Amino acid sequence: MIRFEDVSVTYDGAVEPTVAGVDLTVPEGELVLLVGPSGVGKSTLLGTVSGLVPHFTGGTLHGRVTVDGRDTRTHKPRELADVVGTVGQDPLSHFVTDTVEDELAYGMESLGLAPDVMRRRVEETLDLLGLADLRDRPIATLSGGQQQRVAIGSVLTPHPRVLVLDEPTSALDPAAAEEVLAVLQRLVHDLGTTVLMAEHRLERVVQYADQVLLLPAPGAAPVLGTPADIMALSPVHPPVVGLGRLAGWEPLPLTVRDARRRSGALRGQLSDSAPPLWAAGPPGAERVGTTPVAGHASQRASRWPTWLSKRRPAPSPTEQTPAETENLAVRRAHVQALHKVDLKLTPGETLALMGRNGAGKSTLLNTLVGMLEPSAGSVRVGGATPHRTAPQDLIRHVGLVPQEPRDLLYADTVAAECAAADQDAGAAPGACRALVGELLPGIADDTHPRDLSEGQRLTLALAVVLTAKPPLLLLDEPTRGLDYAAKARLVAHLRGLAEAGHAIVLATHDVELAAELAHRVVILADGEVVADGPTADVVVSSPSFAPQVTKILAPQKWLTVTQVEAALAETEGAK
Amino acid sequence: MLTSSVRTGLRAPEAGRSNALHPGAWWVWALGLGTAASRTTNPLLLGLLVAVAGYVVAARRSEAPWARSYGAFVKLGLFVLGMRLVFAVFLGSPIPGSHTLFTLPDVDLPEWAEGVRIGGRVTAETLVFALYDGLKLATLLICVGAANALANPARLLKSLPGALYEAGVAVVVALTFAPQLIADLQRLRAARRLRGRPDRGVRGLLQVGLPVLEGALERSVALAAAMDARGYGRTAAVPPLVRHTTSVLTLGGLLGVCAGTYGLLAAEGAGFGLPVLLLGVVAALGGLRLGGRRSVRTRYRPDVWGVRAWLVSGSGVAVAALMIWFAATDPAALQPGVVPLVAPTLPLWPAACVLLGLLPAFAAPAPAPSSRTPRKEAG
Repeated sequence: MIRFEDVSVTYDGAVEPTVAGVDLTVPEGELVLLVGPSGVGKSTLLGTVSGLVPHFTGGTLHGRVTVDGRDTRTHKPRELADVVGTVGQDPLSHFVTDTVEDELAYGMESLGLAPDVMRRRVEETLDLLGLADLRDRPIATLSGGQQQRVAIGSVLTPHPRVLVLDEPTSALDPAAAEEVLAVLQRLVHDLGTTVLMAEHRLERVVQYADQVLLLPAPGAAPVLGTPADIMALSPVHPPVVGLGRLAGWEPLPLTVRDARRRSGALRGQLSDSAPPLWAAGPPGAERVGTTPVAGHASQRASRWPTWLSKRRPAPSPTEQTPAETENLAVRRAHVQALHKVDLKLTPGETLALMGRNGAGKSTLLNTLVGMLEPSAGSVRVGGATPHRTAPQDLIRHVGLVPQEPRDLLYADTVAAECAAADQDAGAAPGACRALVGELLPGIADDTHPRDLSEGQRLTLALAVVLTAKPPLLLLDEPTRGLDYAAKARLVAHLRGLAEAGHAIVLATHDVELAAELAHRVVILADGEVVADGPTADVVVSSPSFAPQVTKILAPQKWLTVTQVEAALAETEGAK
Repeated sequence: MLTSSVRTGLRAPEAGRSNALHPGAWWVWALGLGTAASRTTNPLLLGLLVAVAGYVVAARRSEAPWARSYGAFVKLGLFVLGMRLVFAVFLGSPIPGSHTLFTLPDVDLPEWAEGVRIGGRVTAETLVFALYDGLKLATLLICVGAANALANPARLLKSLPGALYEAGVAVVVALTFAPQLIADLQRLRAARRLRGRPDRGVRGLLQVGLPVLEGALERSVALAAAMDARGYGRTAAVPPLVRHTTSVLTLGGLLGVCAGTYGLLAAEGAGFGLPVLLLGVVAALGGLRLGGRRSVRTRYRPDVWGVRAWLVSGSGVAVAALMIWFAATDPAALQPGVVPLVAPTLPLWPAACVLLGLLPAFAAPAPAPSSRTPRKEAG
């Protein structure tokens, strides 16, 4: 269906080709997953299929790409529109019209299909993707998962034979991601659509793939093979593969189900060693069970050590509660975004805030930095009321790295950004630059923040925020678009910060990240806290928020491959 | 029993995609009211027109973002009215008047500015004249605002002829981009708080301007790529003869329109003006129609001009036509005297025909009852 013949792409001004030596065939009706670290040219390779590379992006394409017999060198993207459907990383920049139904019809209108055909296909697609109830809704009011489904639907209606998707689930919560993947699987199985998809979150997608195409390094020739074969040698792999490699399972399991079947021996080995209950927990904190929090504020408060109590006379700033909310409610444009939220953080504690898209996670973070005013209840951050505190004082209490770290960066070089951060925070000149050097070694002073990779930009924003040394650090969806290596570096940084006494709140959909980092997990639904407790307790009991290792080794409460590895090493040592 | 079933049969249905009123009908209705407003300075009639437009908007506007533009137009109308009064007070007007209200200090202007007066006597006649005049302008603006609030701009552009389709898409994209740009601006401005900088004030706005524009540019490039990949701009092969005919017709038609308009306006060309203009219009329309052949595009569920659209547009046209007729037959009632100053009275028949404009409030499909559509927050 898609044939690459010795393809290489070199962008203008680049010395080395971005992708080189691609020579392979993708057969009809297969779901091929494109994996590899950031910056190896996954998006470029996807672009060559739809013809956007090189017709739209520029650069030179050597070799030949044919899709359904059409050569992309002679066919422009618009002339391939009836064979290839493309969905980019950001669904919002994909939409041309304003309502769901019009958006689904747009591609067909461009192709000039007959009105009755269009009507029929729109109805079919609405049903196929479960969008029938949303047909008249303005697209801007949909949630992320719904938008992603509309974007996929809008390229499905012209009945393309090939679907090209760039990170379709990265921005979605686990449930919405499964929804989208189920649709893709249905297309492959029932309609014989060929799907070529790039995705960082392998734990979500690898089990759906028929073949995996690994791009090991920039410019290196890609390797195509069955998922199990490729995962055995891939530098990026999901936790289930990590556990399989650790335990030496052959062939490598790709699904939780396969892994569970083989995990008997491993569970036996691990049964003697108890998983760390609150690994590297904050000093002086005691375990709190999974209790519904709403309405139990007074009882909960009494469980905390007395030195954290508000009534303690004149607490010194370093010992103050980094954040505390009581009966907090926030309304946003007639919607009750938060309702009766009671939270309390201790220094050195890492809390993961989870819940579906639109559950109120971002609202809670924005309230903690004073961007939103509570409509009832109180919020205090290090003794200050955020929305009544001047920004230059507030950054000494709390720092937020927003979902799009670029929002924080205004200057056109890294050095200028750091100088501005020092000035904003009143820190000694060079403080921020030193932090950047520590977190992000080898970045030149004159690099433009836009030229940094997603992970590097996040780290720069983190350094900027940390310059003011806030005891409370908030991160909104920090692993969006990060590959496993960048994520591992982020985890190491954040662990270091937590050990240094920073309280950290992560709003995230990434269950593996929460498992690696968080001491405590709070799950929000419709603006209310529905679960609050130690990570292991909360995630083990939840099917959608449990990390893969937990699912495989349940009922034992292991969270990450690293934990298992350490425990195994310990038992080895004991023998 | 029978009456109730008749009543439910006549009641306007809930608006949906299939029975949505053609946006053109709303514009015809609103422009009809506007035309009526332009024929009278009677403040009572103008007030009645505003009330009619306002009632229809209140009864039939949806919860879509464009529906909120009505308030902005009302404010604009009030602003225009205020400005008209201020100018009348400070610059005077050619209306003679005997009822002096107060006298402002006169500014002596040099000789070359003769004819311009600043300050001086302010008479009741001047003010009343300015009030009537300003009210007329404000009513016109409010009528346009009503059309804006009631008609879906994207659907209106979809009704354009095929040859203008690509221009229409550009406008639709711009319409959806503007709110996104504002949202970006607000988000980035709020993000300044995270850097410890004040999130209010003009400086903050200026500092985020560049990043916002950068983001908008990136988004438009991404959108252009997506549109290209979805077949935007696909053209059908058209024989060269048709292509040349299209160019000749369109260009010739436009030239004809220009020449005809000149002929109509200039005194000496009154004879050839109208025929040339009509010929030009026909040629240009023919060019557009032929040009549409180049586009392979089809239309998905276009809005149909049904009975309700006829009723809505017809009510606007009727109000305009009747008002024009009344203005010709009974000018005194529609243009209440300013010199000498008389209290305006409400002429019964014109007022009754203005009420015809209320028809859409019953004939147009009712918008869906306000549903709680939670806006997606970033998250």
